[in-house]
Amino acid sequence: MKKEYLKLDKVEGALIELSDVHGVKYGEVVEVENNLGEKVLGRVIKIYKNRVVIQIFGTTLGMSINNTKVSFKGKPFEIPLSKDILGRVFNGVGIPIDGGGDIYSDKFYNVNGRPINPVSREYPRDYIQTGISSIDALTTLIRGQKLPIFSGAGLPHNELAAQIVRQAKIKSHGNESSNFSIVFAAIGVKRDEAFYFTEEFRKAGVQDRLIMYLNYADDPIMERIIAPKCALTAAEYLAFEENQHVLVIMTDITSYCEALREISSLREEVPSRKGYPGYLYSDLASLYERAGMTKDAEGSVTLIPILTMPNDDITHPIPDLTGYITEGQIVLSRDLYQKGIYPPIDVLPSLSRLMKDGIGEGFTRGDHPDVANQLFSAYSKVQDIRALAQIVGEDDLSDKDKKYLEFGNAFEERFLTQDLYDSRDMLDTLNISWELLRILPKDELDRLSPELIEKYMPGD
Amino acid sequence: MENIRGKVAAINGPVIVGENMTGFKMREMVLVGHKKLIGEIISIDGDLGTIQVYEETEGLTVGEDIRSTGKPLSLKLGPGLLGNMFDGIERPLNRIRDEFGTFIPEGIGLISLDEEKLWDVSLNVKPGDYVKEGQVFGSVQETPLINHKLLVPIGAKGKVIKVEKDGKYNINHTLVEVEDESGNIHELKMYQEWPVRIARPVDRRLPIGKILITGQRVLDIFFPIAKGGTAAIPGGFGTGKTMLQHQLAKWSDADIIIYVGCGERGNEMTEVLEDFPKLIDPKTNRPLMERTVLIANTSNMPVAAREASIYTGITMAEYYRDMGYNVAIMADSTSRWAEALREISGRLEEMPAEEGYPAYLQSRLAQFYERAGYVNTLSGEEGSVTIIGAVSPAGGDFSEPVTENTRRLVNVFLGLDRELAYSRHYPSINWLNSYSGYADMLKSYYESMIHEDISPLRAKMLRLLFEESKLQDVVALVGEDVLPDEQRLILEIARVIKVGYLQQNAFHKEDTYVPLKKQVEMLKTIDLLYERGLSAIKKKIPISKVRDGELYDKVMKMKYTIPNDRLEDIDELKNIINEFYDELESYYSS
Repeated sequence: MKKEYLKLDKVEGALIELSDVHGVKYGEVVEVENNLGEKVLGRVIKIYKNRVVIQIFGTTLGMSINNTKVSFKGKPFEIPLSKDILGRVFNGVGIPIDGGGDIYSDKFYNVNGRPINPVSREYPRDYIQTGISSIDALTTLIRGQKLPIFSGAGLPHNELAAQIVRQAKIKSHGNESSNFSIVFAAIGVKRDEAFYFTEEFRKAGVQDRLIMYLNYADDPIMERIIAPKCALTAAEYLAFEENQHVLVIMTDITSYCEALREISSLREEVPSRKGYPGYLYSDLASLYERAGMTKDAEGSVTLIPILTMPNDDITHPIPDLTGYITEGQIVLSRDLYQKGIYPPIDVLPSLSRLMKDGIGEGFTRGDHPDVANQLFSAYSKVQDIRALAQIVGEDDLSDKDKKYLEFGNAFEERFLTQDLYDSRDMLDTLNISWELLRILPKDELDRLSPELIEKYMPGD
Repeated sequence: MENIRGKVAAINGPVIVGENMTGFKMREMVLVGHKKLIGEIISIDGDLGTIQVYEETEGLTVGEDIRSTGKPLSLKLGPGLLGNMFDGIERPLNRIRDEFGTFIPEGIGLISLDEEKLWDVSLNVKPGDYVKEGQVFGSVQETPLINHKLLVPIGAKGKVIKVEKDGKYNINHTLVEVEDESGNIHELKMYQEWPVRIARPVDRRLPIGKILITGQRVLDIFFPIAKGGTAAIPGGFGTGKTMLQHQLAKWSDADIIIYVGCGERGNEMTEVLEDFPKLIDPKTNRPLMERTVLIANTSNMPVAAREASIYTGITMAEYYRDMGYNVAIMADSTSRWAEALREISGRLEEMPAEEGYPAYLQSRLAQFYERAGYVNTLSGEEGSVTIIGAVSPAGGDFSEPVTENTRRLVNVFLGLDRELAYSRHYPSINWLNSYSGYADMLKSYYESMIHEDISPLRAKMLRLLFEESKLQDVVALVGEDVLPDEQRLILEIARVIKVGYLQQNAFHKEDTYVPLKKQVEMLKTIDLLYERGLSAIKKKIPISKVRDGELYDKVMKMKYTIPNDRLEDIDELKNIINEFYDELESYYSS
């Protein structure tokens, strides 16, 4: 039953309204064709009796009240998926843009997905070695985790994400796993950024295992809402049907939220903080919570969303709500960046909630949890002492405090600082940590048990 | 009743409007569309009724049927709750997985307790007895830990005319028949239904007077929570709210724990599901799962069911309270619940108050927290519901509406601090802005439990911490060296309190739960260290000698090195402290 409607009531921004329609389903996909024959997709977002509000994925440029054909597809937004998507590039609504032809599959997947039953979830425990000391030791990434990078405009988050993709090694019972793929969703990114990623992925030799969904900064803003959903649907398909370990990188969530805000204001909804809609939390959760592992499949979806904090403000609604949903965060710091430290990961506000069960004896090494704890505590003390040194001058500090300053500088130079192409093994990272902790007086090591100190700092 | 039908007229996310709704009642549960999505009527305007739907509405069409059920959103309360995980409207997630697989679809229908399972019932009434509402008429051993008492439902009282033999029955079997004064027959089964939004009645409320022992030093000694009391745990993300809630669920001495994961992470619920069956209750040596009910509405599950999940949890809590149990409900997080209210309010186009929250936020929060209490139940026993609500303030700012409104309703406020969390000081409870209205209770409680009053010691330690925070301001300006030795001692002792006492390691087998007696002895040891140090300084002994690295280290690590069942080791440590200062003083006096 394909009915076409020819008359609109209203066109405003990316929303169109029409009346006298019957049998429309909430959320169903609509195809809109203007009088030049250009087709765009849309979705039903509100029904009131026989009036329907449709959100257009694309532009409403050139649409007129008359002579615009609207046909209802009778099904929700779905994309076809098969193993052929590996190595392909799509636009934000899942249409191939690499000239490689359409994806044919008899299986169509609703991009909105369905929540994973908490009972079906498998609690993530296997760590992913990224080869980056500050992440591996202090905010360990776990397979099936959602761990965002909180960055700011101009900070090297793209480089960091690319480095993670290059170096990520999934160790499962000591063996490296090969059924590994990457889904990359660009949400309103600049073309040169997208180019940078394509180039880095090519260099890393992962393009055969890579699927890209690209929504450029100048693409229609409404496609931004769908791009991450397509990417996650593809990731879920690969993980839970093809048993792949999928790493999903999404950049930039800030653009996604801004697109949501734009639609919300078009719909004249009551805004909450900073004009963002009241359902921003639920909406972000519907993306982030799709990461995970299940008891019914071998695969996993690990999600690294990147967001730029407006004005570097971690209390801005986007990083704030994200932090409440994700299992930790990696925070980049402008101060460290300006000091010339790469990667400029501010370890103190950074956190991995799942690391507690994925490190230590049987996973990384027995001393890992306590060493991480001690590094955090010592480096946090360094900050206090640096503030003090600014006032009283370094010379007037106590000897103990001077040791802390020495530790702080060594920590930043030898532990945090790492070359873009330097991949450190987990054990190397832990050994460097012990070398650094040697700088401090022994009675300051309050997070380490005497046995550990004896074992890893013998002879002191 | 059942055949009143309305039609869907408008759809906007989880909020729909139906027409031909004249016969429907406010807050009635309805089934929407051919998938029979579960919804609740939240307003009626002439012919039109507004419904919030607890499931995804994608695919719903205008004109589909709305069926009435004739009753408000209610729970089936009976054996089979403990050890299980439910969604926000009491549908068992295990069964959903068995039937529908990994993901949760919509249109599951109304399912709740297991109706097949046979329970061993023993009844304690006989024909001719008179029973009243809330009276215990039988019992079922629900788990090895918990004896589930069968209560006469509200509305049924009178003469028992028929009683089944003790034996194995499913929950739908009629066990007892009661004839009331007007000759109506009430069939008593193992379960009863109760509307979630109405508080279950009690005989009377009793004054609060018992501490909920948690085994967490910062709580039991400094900011105690009372059985039947209310507590809020506000904290920005990453400050360890959930961790603290888990610790309380694991170790608090409540009989029953109801854990509501409201709009939180799926993996956290999975963690509880994996951990709790393995954890053994120190008092009973049984797995903790046997006293726990989990309710999960993760952040990607439908938002309307999130609003209901809190009520579902508190209703279950009241039900077990009515059997005479001490129940603690952990709601993580009430902010997500408030946001669900806001989201639905927004879709209803209501006039927003502060930050877009509806104006009725305060009254809804009050209705929730006021369901806590220590009571005499209708069956004549004492029972309690303790509410511990996590709050997730936007941007970690405690002046936002949910935190502010909650603060006025609770007696214990445990402010989690981002700075402390960043330096991995857990639990990151800020001792300067937290408070407990139950602290005075400590005095009499401790006197009855361990025959001494520790409130002066508590006050002294809090004073030291307070002085330290003031001194830190000075130190930040001029450095530590210029302070007189007495004040430097305060800085050092405060550090011992913070590191050796307030910080508690949830992953350490000795430290995760500490018995009260050890908590008190540890604090006394720190006090001894302070007093001996202070008197040494008064004898002009320099701080560099008074603060002996090795000795201080021993005190700070006693939480790890002294096992919970070997308190005599603490006396030994006290001897070491005394000997050290005796020696020091005699050296300086000679």
